[in-house]
Amino acid sequence: MSRQTSQKIAFALLTAMAVIVVVPIVLVVVYIVIQGFGAISWEFLTGFPSNGMKSGGILPAVVGTVVLTFGTALASIPISVGAAIYLAEYARDSWLTRAIRMAIVNLAGIPSVVYGLFGLGLFVLFLGLGTSIVAGSLTLGLMTMPVVISTAEEALLTVPQRFRVVSHSLGATRWQTVRQVVLPNAIPGILTGVILGLERAAGETAPILFTVAAFYLPQLPRSPLDQTMALPYHLYVISTQVPGMPLEMQYGTALVLLVMVLGMNLVATLIRSRFRRRRQW
Amino acid sequence: MVTKFLIQSLVYRFSDTVALNRVTLDIPANQITVVFGPSHAGKSTLLRCLNRLNDLIEYEETELAGRILLDGQDIYAPGVDVTELRRRVGMVFALPIPLPLTIHENVTYGPRMRGEKQPGRLDELVERSLRQAALWDEVKDRLHDPAMRLSGGQQQRLCVARTLALEPEVILLDNPTSGLDPLSTAKVESSLQELKEQYTIVLVPHSVQQAARVADVAAFMLGGELVEVGPGERIFTRPREARTEDYITGRFG
Repeated sequence: MSRQTSQKIAFALLTAMAVIVVVPIVLVVVYIVIQGFGAISWEFLTGFPSNGMKSGGILPAVVGTVVLTFGTALASIPISVGAAIYLAEYARDSWLTRAIRMAIVNLAGIPSVVYGLFGLGLFVLFLGLGTSIVAGSLTLGLMTMPVVISTAEEALLTVPQRFRVVSHSLGATRWQTVRQVVLPNAIPGILTGVILGLERAAGETAPILFTVAAFYLPQLPRSPLDQTMALPYHLYVISTQVPGMPLEMQYGTALVLLVMVLGMNLVATLIRSRFRRRRQW
Repeated sequence: MVTKFLIQSLVYRFSDTVALNRVTLDIPANQITVVFGPSHAGKSTLLRCLNRLNDLIEYEETELAGRILLDGQDIYAPGVDVTELRRRVGMVFALPIPLPLTIHENVTYGPRMRGEKQPGRLDELVERSLRQAALWDEVKDRLHDPAMRLSGGQQQRLCVARTLALEPEVILLDNPTSGLDPLSTAKVESSLQELKEQYTIVLVPHSVQQAARVADVAAFMLGGELVEVGPGERIFTRPREARTEDYITGRFG
């Protein structure tokens, strides 16, 4: 076989593999849109479930997911971004920083159901928060930390070292350098990480199973200590626990969840590309 | 002549390399002291010891021995405010490095970090510093444009202005004309002659020729050691050390 032929074969194979990656996501989206689009209506989006979930809408689940996503952001962002700043800007190589990094890597590997059980043990029972939005947000926040910390640290490290040196040479302290030069230039990257983390939190079922999610609630949550319905759990419930559930409503619910998650993804992509165009270095 | 910096048997080590080996040097106030020599002679390291920028090195073990006195005060003594030291001892780097901010924000960066907030005072500093760096006329109508949009030569003059805005006592210039064309280089060199009225200047030059053109005091370094130091006109015409003569006549380096 000539060099040119093997080159062509290699190129064709690699292209095929790259295309194969795209196929499942396209199929999933198309399938869910086709199956679920019919269920989408104003009543579906703004109504409460009725008739044992078999009719009515999914409003409490949508609201619950939005509330939980904000709660997760509140629980996760300050600690994660703070930890990332520490690791990227202050930490020297020591047993402590190695231990922190090891912990982050391991946190990322823990199955989400284990987070759920841990949240049940620590937040719901030990700290007495009960099955509540607070407990669920803290559990989800914990789960998103490794993603947010790693992407935020990476974003901080892409800010060129020469800016830090110049800032110090002009008499700035380390903290001033972080605030004035490093953070403003890392914010878009950090935001991307935050959104990716929240997106995962919004779609998870296992961590909220024992910590916040309600099977059915006739009203919207009124306080952070209330339970709430949430889309992923609601989807799980109507797909497995409700006999005679109309298929279209299941796919409709999946579609709403998918749109919310992909929408967040889209926002992250927009932020990144806008920043790339504006970046001056 | 008043001594500004007194460097006494300074030894500086990165992990296993000795970058500076027992360097003793007297830097007079209001003069241009040129530190020249081939690459890896330790010139930049010496400059970065003077404003303690070497403190930022984290990836290697470093060690410093000897003393550096600024106006008689040991700058490595415990309790020295490093940010204040760096304000007194400003630095201009080989490549222009504007911060990703506007021209105005770049020039006022140092004063703002020190706590200067008065807009009037900051504007005044901007105009004066940019004039001193011979950039004012070119940028006065676009002070709030990103500094990155300036040309290379303008960026380097902006960096000089930014250092001047610190109102420092000493200005360290680490090969500031490396990226500049001959015309801009001449501008920078002539402005050094004016600046020395007010400031003490330590320059790592781009070439032996530049060293000879601007030096009041010239110090020749080789392999981390200070070979010879003396008045510029003598070093470049009647060097005492054979190694100095070999280098300035182009026999090596």
